Amino acid sequence: MSSGGITAEPPLAAAPPPGAEPRRFISRYGMVAVFLGPTIVMLGIWMVYPAVYTIVRSFFGPTGFLGSWVGVDNYRTLFTSSYFTTAIKNNAIWVAVVPAFVTAIGLLFAVLTERIRWSVAFKTVIFLPMAISAFATGVTWRILYDQDPNLGAINALARSAKDAVTPPGVLPTASPSTPSLQPHNGGILLKTPLHPGGVALLGLTGIAPPDMPSGAKQAVKPTSKPGDIGGVVWRDFKPGGGKPGVVEQGELGIPDVTVELRNASGKVVQSSKSTADGTFDFTNVPAGTYNAGVGASTFAKPFGGYSWLGPSLITPSLLIAYIWIWAGFSMVVIAAGLSAMPREVLEAARTDGASEWQVFRRVTVPLLAPVLSVVFITMVINVLKVFDIVFALAPESSQSSANVLAFAMWQTAFSGAGNFGIGSAIAALLFLLVVPVLVLNVRRFKREV
Amino acid sequence: MRIGSRKKRIARMAAAGAVIAALVAVAAGCGGGGGSNNNTTTTSGVNTSVSGSVTFDGIWTSSTGQKQFQDVINGFNKVYPNVHVHYKPVGNNLPTVLTTAVAGGHPPDMADIAQPGTIQQFANQHKLKPITYASSVMQQNFAPAWVQLGTFNGTLYALPFKAANKSLVWYNVPVFKQAGVTPPKTFLLLLTDAKTIKASGTPAYSIGGAEGWTLSDLFENIYLRTFGPSKYIALSQHKIKWTDPSVKTALTTMGKILGDTSNIAGGTNGALQYSFNQSVTNTFTSPAKAAMVFEADFVASVITSTTKAKAETGFNTFTWPEITPGADASAVEIAGDMMVAFRDSPAIEAFVKYLATPQAAIIWAKQGGFGTGNHNVPASVYPDAITRAAEVPLLHSKAVVFDLSDEQPPAFGATAGQGIWGDLQKFLQNPNNVTSIQQQLESAAAAAYKK
Repeated sequence: MSSGGITAEPPLAAAPPPGAEPRRFISRYGMVAVFLGPTIVMLGIWMVYPAVYTIVRSFFGPTGFLGSWVGVDNYRTLFTSSYFTTAIKNNAIWVAVVPAFVTAIGLLFAVLTERIRWSVAFKTVIFLPMAISAFATGVTWRILYDQDPNLGAINALARSAKDAVTPPGVLPTASPSTPSLQPHNGGILLKTPLHPGGVALLGLTGIAPPDMPSGAKQAVKPTSKPGDIGGVVWRDFKPGGGKPGVVEQGELGIPDVTVELRNASGKVVQSSKSTADGTFDFTNVPAGTYNAGVGASTFAKPFGGYSWLGPSLITPSLLIAYIWIWAGFSMVVIAAGLSAMPREVLEAARTDGASEWQVFRRVTVPLLAPVLSVVFITMVINVLKVFDIVFALAPESSQSSANVLAFAMWQTAFSGAGNFGIGSAIAALLFLLVVPVLVLNVRRFKREV
Repeated sequence: MRIGSRKKRIARMAAAGAVIAALVAVAAGCGGGGGSNNNTTTTSGVNTSVSGSVTFDGIWTSSTGQKQFQDVINGFNKVYPNVHVHYKPVGNNLPTVLTTAVAGGHPPDMADIAQPGTIQQFANQHKLKPITYASSVMQQNFAPAWVQLGTFNGTLYALPFKAANKSLVWYNVPVFKQAGVTPPKTFLLLLTDAKTIKASGTPAYSIGGAEGWTLSDLFENIYLRTFGPSKYIALSQHKIKWTDPSVKTALTTMGKILGDTSNIAGGTNGALQYSFNQSVTNTFTSPAKAAMVFEADFVASVITSTTKAKAETGFNTFTWPEITPGADASAVEIAGDMMVAFRDSPAIEAFVKYLATPQAAIIWAKQGGFGTGNHNVPASVYPDAITRAAEVPLLHSKAVVFDLSDEQPPAFGATAGQGIWGDLQKFLQNPNNVTSIQQQLESAAAAAYKK
């Protein structure tokens, strides 16, 4: 190529004509500014400024900036006060349990639903909790967890299991009316020794009138019969209390109570049922010393329910509810990853004689690793700032045991205490905890791009 | 600059308004002869000379008294037609909203605050304006103990407008009848009655321990009835420490109720999970799960809205029984709404003064759900016998003390699961734990007061 004429004309790309360069510069950066500007302004106003403000605020006391510089005192409080250490400890439990379980359960569901025909229906059901607000979920689970088996479905289930093993007695609330009746292995026993011809007065209180067996009649004071031991079991109460241990007008006998007669060594030698007026009779009792009483089965308490929302079980209860919500999300994401997976690799592994378990462990999981880590990391971030489920599900008396950082932050800054200093310190700590996870996430995005 | 010119404009408008108002007053021909007071009142009781607007952030929402308070405002406007009160129903978040608004420098003109601890905080920060202009009208209508309730750091800052009697016990009348007991006059009788009630087959006590404030109210009434108002006030100001023997005595007494677990509806676990509302419903539902519940006058509205129990035949109330003879048994613990002002203006002044009058109180008292210490309010205005029984002690009692937990710094006295509320919930779990609970209370109190 000859160079003569060409050099006189500068190449277009290398040097634009004078005047064109600034215009291009403007149009180029102007375009950037137009596209990025609003985002940067909004991020600045709503993200950067508050974040910086919060971090600065965390070094000041509760009242404001003026003269209340406290240095790192707020942070020291976070790590010394038991209220906050509980929150930090609970957050650690959440991070340790939830992401792992959610990812594992999601993977399980995703792999299993691939093989069933009605997988769409199944996936919809599992995914449904994601469509419900976390607050509503909290309220729903609160009812499910209710301690009263008549209200809480979980305890109702536990009750039907337990009642099948040990049915509740007829007089679960009853207690002895006089000190001569003593609790004995869950039942009661009359301490006064009896001989043939004697009578036993078994007075019970604490029975509400509607709980009395139907057909109960006025209690009758038993009469002594030679060779027999008689007695009466009755509701030893009338308005005002009456005289404990005395059968009075207006006090009802309790029918159908199984009364036991024990010999001196404590062995049950006879048992008898009380009649409508509460009387019972042990016939032909050989000479000796005896005690009469009522067995434990009569007083067996109905199942009262586990205290799922009590201080000791509250965190596990919250974790279960939260995993229930997020399992669907994890399943859907992982299922999407599965469907994008190259089938040939799986087929190749199978052809090579790998078992299904080996295929799953050595092929499926490694190929899914990027998706699994997305789910895992998303869950770590979600769990670090978990708030709504704790707020909605934990009753106030369990809140200090259920405490997590985001909840402590809200409670300290906005509910009651009004301590924005410590509240900001928690926010800053949360931010600090989330940052490494975020960095990891961003790095991975870059790599994938 | 803009702000300056706006201020000027407002000042000009105000001046013009004042001139017009003065002309109107002259034209009406009734100078009133108020002397130092420039608030002239016409013969018909209408004062047109004060004008302006008052922004008011209140706790009452449409379901909890906004309408009644609006009626009070309307009553005020009959006297001061030119003052516009803009009521904003904020609801239970009010302390938070106010704290944030004050921190941001834009509080409303006025607010009602139910926590003296919050008022104390604002007073310490000099965010409130004294309402000393209302002190004479308050002294005409309220006993000194009530004026004292509104005094912080020696200055009158607040008007106790609406009060709830917290020294009450509510009982299920049929259950009491079945057990053959009558409302006890002393605490010892209450304990024997409780035994009798248990023997009759119904647990005596209903405890709403899921919400800590029901427990602190129980403690406070016991402390008040055991040691009297002066010691109660000393404790509420942290002049007596929580490790004091008197606190030990009161907690031990409280343990006689909380430790009687088989006599509490649902036992300890139940008590920890029942909310205040459930504790009331449990007592008055049919069949009843308990015989009585310790709480304030507002229990009545929960009973009537959640159960079928009828006043007098189904539910009734008695005053917290005496514990130590001699400690003033008529002393009443109250909770309530105190009116405070964040700014000064003739309009605000007029409204505060009006709220201290019996007229203002009567408007709401007639509609129920309202107690007042204004002794010029006749007992006959209360709508029914139960309300009268619940509210009249407020009019006659010489010793009135405010709910102790509300008087604490909010971190100690008004935060769920922490401070008094949280520690008493721990006490409910283990009522033998008196000494350890005292230490926890003291360390929480010391930390909150240090700030």
